[in-house]
Amino acid sequence: MKMELQIIWFVLWSVLWAVYFMLDGFVLGTAMLSGLLGKTDMEKRILLNSVGPVWNGNEVWLITAGGATFAAFPTTYALMFSYLYTALLLLLFALIIRGVALEFRGKVDNASWKSSFDKAIIISGFVPALLFGVAFGNIFAGLPMDNAGYHGSLLKLLNPYGLITGVLFVLLFAVHGALYACVKTSGELSSRAKNLAGNLWIPLLVAAVIFLGYTKFATRLYDNYFRWPLFLFIPAIAVAALIAVKYFTVRGAMLKAFAASCVTILFVTFTGVAGLFPNLIPSSIDPAYNLTIFNSSSSSYTLAIMTIVALIFVPVVIVYKIWVYRLFGAKVEQKDVLNNSEAY
Amino acid sequence: MDVLTLSRWQFAVTGMFHFIFVPLTLGLSILTAYFETRYVMTNDGTWLKMAKFWGKLFLINFTLGIVTGITMEFQFGMNWAEYSRYVGDIFGSPLAVEATVAFFLESVFIGVWVFGWDKVSKKMHAVSIWIVAFATNLSALWILLANGWMQHPVGYHLVTNAAGQIRAEMIDFVALLVNPFGLIEYFHTVTSGYAVAAFFVMGISAWHILRENEITFFKRSFRAAVVFGFIACLLVAFSGDLHGVEIAKTQPAKLAAMDATWETQRGVAMSIVKIPDVKNERSTVEWLNIPNMVSILAFHDAGAEVKGLKDFPAELRPPVLPTYWSFRLMVVMGMLMILVCLWGVYLSGRAGLEKHRTFLKVALFSLPLPYIAGQLGWVVAEVGRQPWIVYGVLKTADAVSRSISTVQVVGSLLGFTLLYGGLAIVDIYLLAKYSRKGP
Repeated sequence: MKMELQIIWFVLWSVLWAVYFMLDGFVLGTAMLSGLLGKTDMEKRILLNSVGPVWNGNEVWLITAGGATFAAFPTTYALMFSYLYTALLLLLFALIIRGVALEFRGKVDNASWKSSFDKAIIISGFVPALLFGVAFGNIFAGLPMDNAGYHGSLLKLLNPYGLITGVLFVLLFAVHGALYACVKTSGELSSRAKNLAGNLWIPLLVAAVIFLGYTKFATRLYDNYFRWPLFLFIPAIAVAALIAVKYFTVRGAMLKAFAASCVTILFVTFTGVAGLFPNLIPSSIDPAYNLTIFNSSSSSYTLAIMTIVALIFVPVVIVYKIWVYRLFGAKVEQKDVLNNSEAY
Repeated sequence: MDVLTLSRWQFAVTGMFHFIFVPLTLGLSILTAYFETRYVMTNDGTWLKMAKFWGKLFLINFTLGIVTGITMEFQFGMNWAEYSRYVGDIFGSPLAVEATVAFFLESVFIGVWVFGWDKVSKKMHAVSIWIVAFATNLSALWILLANGWMQHPVGYHLVTNAAGQIRAEMIDFVALLVNPFGLIEYFHTVTSGYAVAAFFVMGISAWHILRENEITFFKRSFRAAVVFGFIACLLVAFSGDLHGVEIAKTQPAKLAAMDATWETQRGVAMSIVKIPDVKNERSTVEWLNIPNMVSILAFHDAGAEVKGLKDFPAELRPPVLPTYWSFRLMVVMGMLMILVCLWGVYLSGRAGLEKHRTFLKVALFSLPLPYIAGQLGWVVAEVGRQPWIVYGVLKTADAVSRSISTVQVVGSLLGFTLLYGGLAIVDIYLLAKYSRKGP
């Protein structure tokens, strides 16, 4: 029973992270590109209002992923958060600034107030994307940990593989954000977003190829795929979806392009996580010190309770989240911004 | 300054900062929802103006509650990794549930409320702010059940693994849910949040009424808030009493510190004026004694025995002065709040509230009272629990992360101080701007 629950929670854990990246990815991407996309104050406002109703709910997937790691794999949660202390601290600061910047930018009608918050929005979109990539890249490669503890540092995290993964995440979220902005806006703003998505796709493809290749040398992720080649369908879907992004963009089918981008992000995450299984954080010193779902999990009692909670409430969450996305499905126009006194 | 001390300071600073915004969210969400409901029921535009005006202030505050909350989840792992490893099996669950059932609900429906004025019916729009109010109050339940478990651990056993590491594992989830300490703590905390909201609305309303600005609007706001506040303050006192009884049962060292009871005895008197002398383990001043009052308050039994601090080894006693003075000051403030609300209910029930300028000034200057009282309460709760992080099970000193360095924590503490300092300035600026601006 315990092993089955641990595996179930491994899957749930990966779904939470994948969905988080898919949802917050476009918020971070839109924020990151807001300077390039929004040339006037009204254009910037339209962009921010396109993520306005949903950014907070998207961020909760991160809180839930963290909470689920704590509840299901407490030793991994404890060591991951303390070993990656400085990187997570910077991430935290960026997320705090992101929330405050989005909400408060429009509250004072003053050019330097707005321009300061505009800069904050861009940085707070870019930094989490980079840090998530760096963090996960290092997790894929394994952290230098053994029974004496952690032998790494922030600087050591910024190794080539970590940085490549960081760049990959930045580009994935940037393209994702540009596609979202294209779908949610109209006119010049929308076409600017479409062009940016198309242009960024090429460096994204390059980064993806480098990442896939480098992963072979820096990590043991491919071991699982060689043992069970059936699971190669996961990276195959990721690659196909990435190509579909370009295909649909070129044809102007932007909603389909955005959907393909969603699938890309989901399956890139799944590719990494399936390669990790059953590890959560491998040790780059010696596999004997790997943190796995088997050696770092909660008791089967706790896992069982959490499974019941998840099975009841996560579908409920998905239902009302879809309802809200549909409620706010229309493009954001200038009149929407001007008519709502609470708009960003 | 070592990692432990720095991490404790950091947790206190970040926790107390988070708690500046949370109580207002708990209470003002309800008031705003109430105002909007009155609008939907009566079509009276003033109620709508009230929902929008107070709602705008609510949103500024809500955002800061959210962003400072992320810090708390991260910090358990970052600074308290040993704690997380030791109790994660039990403690992690209410946090994960909090995110799944409450955080999602509040964050999704706040989006509907802010951006959906034209997109949903009037009824649905009002429902969405009620959902936010419900969800924030629900999230408080889960985090306080988690804290309640730290104060009075239930439903667990200790397990040693093959490597010789000990951790706590949950054996009874229901015990965690019905832990009286957690439930009473919840009741006391949310009602104190309602008091914060009430005094916030009362204070700002009083300011405007004193300036003869939009008197009708602010009198209506004031009246609703003072009634809400009066009931809230009474419930805070009532739940506070129950909370004291629970502490007496489960945390005798904290109880002893709360009233600086040095000697174990039956029927302990309460000194209205008391100054503890920790070094000499006595009190230098003990004036105006009410016989048996401590025993009555703690055990609802005039003859009950209260264990004195001297019966606990020194290293198992909490820091007495912070616990003692915080508790006293909190209670005094609570009583003042009840008096202000009583006065206000009386005056605002009659016509001519605007003429009672002295009272209005009192109401204005009372705005900070519930904020301060709430923070003092948390000092009692958390400092009073020391040296334990989980009472009777794990010491705070054994709970800190082993892999972090002094440099890292100095850096994070400085970072938080700067960032939060900046946020505080922005928050005060925006709240002042929009509350002065009026509807």
